[in-house]
Amino acid sequence: MQTIIFALLALVSLFSAIMVVTRKNPVFSILYLVLTFFCFAGFYVMLGATFLAAIQILVYAGAIMVLFLFVVMMLNLREPEELEGKNTLWQTMGAVVAIGFGLLVLAFLGRSPGAGVPNFQPGEEAYVMGGAKALGKLLFTEFVFPFEIAGVLLLAAVIGAVALAKRKRV
Amino acid sequence: MVIGLNHYLILAALLFTIGVVGVLTRRNVLIIMMSVELMLNSANLTLIAFSHYLLNAVGQVFVFFSMTVAAAEVGIGLAIIVTIFRNTESLDIAKLNLLKN
Repeated sequence: MQTIIFALLALVSLFSAIMVVTRKNPVFSILYLVLTFFCFAGFYVMLGATFLAAIQILVYAGAIMVLFLFVVMMLNLREPEELEGKNTLWQTMGAVVAIGFGLLVLAFLGRSPGAGVPNFQPGEEAYVMGGAKALGKLLFTEFVFPFEIAGVLLLAAVIGAVALAKRKRV
Repeated sequence: MVIGLNHYLILAALLFTIGVVGVLTRRNVLIIMMSVELMLNSANLTLIAFSHYLLNAVGQVFVFFSMTVAAAEVGIGLAIIVTIFRNTESLDIAKLNLLKN
């Protein structure tokens, strides 16, 4: 059962990821990326990270993708075809380099299965570990300082985004 | 067949590679940004898979912070894209050659 769900999610996520990078119209890319993020949330649930799965859907599939969509609508692009001209040399070279990189990573994984981690199946405790209760306890005790810094980072991002996007009065 | 750590690592590597292809071959700056998001997410998947199979919750805390940083990055990045569009009337990165030569 778990294998079937994993295979299904993997196929859908790979397909939609390929669609994200091949669509001409950014709106379709965004919609496929939302599908990819839902698949990621499914993987997180399978791995027992239920809290992060919820955050994934709320923050990524919800907030970030709406922001992307909003920017596309706001910029009001003309025909998207005119943007992509003929394939230049660096694009072909980029594709070759990227696929070579992927083969390299896969070869490394094949050489050292699991990067030296014993391939065991964790029991129930792995599913308690990723819940909101356990993760919240960890965040507010051991990682409380990084948590506060993350808040400051978000504040800086908000101010920076407003300062960048504001129309200059000339 | 039982799903193990390897399956997740290979899947994350494939998704990361698709993201790299997107960054290196596309010319639309919005799609490049989306490919970066894809790469970030596949790295997150690796962290959560390791966290699950090593029974260590710190990996998930790390993913939490990585998501925070990704949210900040998208906010700033899209503001920069809006500024680029305002200056060049296009999203083509080939037109961004102000610092050439």
